[in-house]
Amino acid sequence: MDKTVADPATAVAGIADGMTVMIGGFGGAGSPIELIHALIDRFRAAGHPKNLTIINNNAGNGHVGLAALIEAGMVKKLICSFPRSAEPVVFTDLYLAAKIELELVPQGTLAERIRAGGAGIPAFYTPTSYGTDLAKGKPVAEFDGQSYVQERWLKADVALVKAQIADTHGNLTYRAAARNFNPLMCMAAAQTIVQATRIVPAGGIDPEIVITPGIFVQKVVAVAHPRQEEDLNRANAVYPGIA
Amino acid sequence: MIVKLTNNQIAWRAAQDIHDGAYVNLGIGFPEKVAQYQPPGREAIFHTENGILNFGEPPPKGEEDWDLINAGKKAVTLKPGAAFFHHADSFAMVRGGHLDVAILGAYEVAENGDLANWSTGPKGVPAVGGAMDLVHGARRVAVITDHVTKDGKPKLLRRCTLPLTGVGCVTRVYTSLAVIDIEGGRFVLREKLPVLSLDDLQAVTGAELLVTGTVADLIVPEL
Repeated sequence: MDKTVADPATAVAGIADGMTVMIGGFGGAGSPIELIHALIDRFRAAGHPKNLTIINNNAGNGHVGLAALIEAGMVKKLICSFPRSAEPVVFTDLYLAAKIELELVPQGTLAERIRAGGAGIPAFYTPTSYGTDLAKGKPVAEFDGQSYVQERWLKADVALVKAQIADTHGNLTYRAAARNFNPLMCMAAAQTIVQATRIVPAGGIDPEIVITPGIFVQKVVAVAHPRQEEDLNRANAVYPGIA
Repeated sequence: MIVKLTNNQIAWRAAQDIHDGAYVNLGIGFPEKVAQYQPPGREAIFHTENGILNFGEPPPKGEEDWDLINAGKKAVTLKPGAAFFHHADSFAMVRGGHLDVAILGAYEVAENGDLANWSTGPKGVPAVGGAMDLVHGARRVAVITDHVTKDGKPKLLRRCTLPLTGVGCVTRVYTSLAVIDIEGGRFVLREKLPVLSLDDLQAVTGAELLVTGTVADLIVPEL
């Protein structure tokens, strides 16, 4: 078994118009920038994929990564908890012009909906958002004298994920707080595509430290020197246009 | 002359109530200041919802590691005994009742414990982050805030007028003028600046302040 693919372009080649795509990361930490940029390259060359629904905690920052994907006009709808950032111009302008849809989800509920999607749990109850505008239209139930809101699972056609080390079976480790949503999204997508700083042979990662088991991963591609959103934004980078 | 505590002083007062060994989440922005004023000899463990327990001070400029950030996306460092985890575990810590204290900012707090701190209305881009999760689960949900808005209007009200973050969730409010508990759907005054009379304080509070025992002087160091 070898889940390695040659390059980011090959890895994202199967993503089609209208798909729902989970993108890992919290702000720039854990954001698979090279996979996102490969998707933008494909859109610029072929006009696809477009009308994507993107699931991420944020809405991008500056003009690289997720923000560049939105700026390219590939995103129809965003599902996220916090579409604000230091430099959120791309999403903000489109949203205020009613050119992009937003489903706002509390951060813990977003994480649990993704986890539930990956775990085969179609719905669950949470105290989060009870009595607020974000609970409108959702079923409410009482358990042990307290009120809870029903939330549905979230699943995706594809997840784009950033890992530290991958083996050829797709077992993954992450780096520091770049873990965030990535392990959950690996579970919740029909196809999980991972960029890893290093790919090692099976047996190259101690099973005791595997965080995402390979069963949740379909493709791995090596990106030896991944860019970091914060560094790119400090250099006022715009994608495409960065070397 | 306006007599009130600075934000640093409010943060200092809130920090005095965090016990040794407490697991604490501080909201982004103003509440982050609370971490600077831990009393000597006490060790609190700070949680950030993007997946770190026991993070510390920001690193020197130029030494940032952008995989090591807090919920406000600012660079942090690790203290001995730190741990990383994914988002579902992080919010299990929150919703599962494992945090001792969450300290948050507020636009409005109501006497029934309702909190509004995420939206000022339909204008602009809405963003909620982890606030709605944090108000449910921490054993103690405290608010730190100016006592009044920039226009001088009360922030402590009978009922919130802005979109709610959570219902009946706040248990204590540290303001620029007073320390107030929420008990049985009422504001109970615990401490106030000694220069203020009860009437002075009531005049800038949007709901009745109950006095059930001794009201202590709110005394904090110059900061």
